[in-house]
Amino acid sequence: MFPTILFFIFAAVLVCAALGVILSRNPVYAALLLVLCFFNAAVIWVMLDAEFLGIVLVLVYVGAVMVLFLFVVMMLDINVEQLRKEFVGYWPLTLAVAGFVVFAMINVIVVRHLGGMSLRSAAALPAGYSNTRTLGAALFTRYAYPAQVAALILLVASIAAIVLTLRQRKGAKPQNIAKQVAVRAKDRVRIVKMAGEKRP
Amino acid sequence: MITLTHVLALSGILFAIGVAGVFLNRKNIIVLLMCIELMLLAVNFNLVAFSRFLGNIDGQVFVFFILTVAAAEAAIGLAILVVLFRERSSIDVEDLDSLQG
Repeated sequence: MFPTILFFIFAAVLVCAALGVILSRNPVYAALLLVLCFFNAAVIWVMLDAEFLGIVLVLVYVGAVMVLFLFVVMMLDINVEQLRKEFVGYWPLTLAVAGFVVFAMINVIVVRHLGGMSLRSAAALPAGYSNTRTLGAALFTRYAYPAQVAALILLVASIAAIVLTLRQRKGAKPQNIAKQVAVRAKDRVRIVKMAGEKRP
Repeated sequence: MITLTHVLALSGILFAIGVAGVFLNRKNIIVLLMCIELMLLAVNFNLVAFSRFLGNIDGQVFVFFILTVAAAEAAIGLAILVVLFRERSSIDVEDLDSLQG
């Protein structure tokens, strides 16, 4: 009983925070509320015995992605007043689409029985079960190649982000590394041979 | 005990909120990206719940990959956004019509 009550509390906070994300006019508040969303989602994942992913969600999403979002939001000088003024009213369409999505989802999960899977209760985990160990075993054996592809995607993304935002400022005096490496001693140093002079 | 129905209903509501956010926030690309993150979170909820209730770890591995791709997407999306703001001093979706002819 107690886990269910906890689940409902965290789910309520999660849904309210998600509503706040889409309804707040100020992007900074939206980003902070999204952080709250991720924290609650992580708690619920831990309650579903997915501890590793819950921690990864906090570390990667709250620690990296949302900080990146906040950084960009604060770096761009957005005119919040204008955004607030030009509020677009797509309410009927919005409500219709969102309602349809919820209806379809509820329809699927209430009416159908899902391939003999128990909707009520999950099988008890064996003693000494470690979520991280199981996940790691799957990731580094059966999913070894996909894991490497994921690593490659991250590499490409980081390079792409740098290349996109790189800017050559006018008047800057950057080093030309190739020229510096290619230079030889004879280009810079001139050895002069001359007769010795007598001190007066 | 938390049942599968609970989690799936929560995930459906979250996804709907994300879709509604895309429709509502037509002015601000940053909030659109955040709505996409919300929808990805809802999908991840589904995968985690099914993984737990089927007793199969593969769903959680897929959540791992989705997190990877979402992080890459956020990084590139925000980089494009910064370049866009530098060019046009605006992140209004309505202004992005140069391909319209």
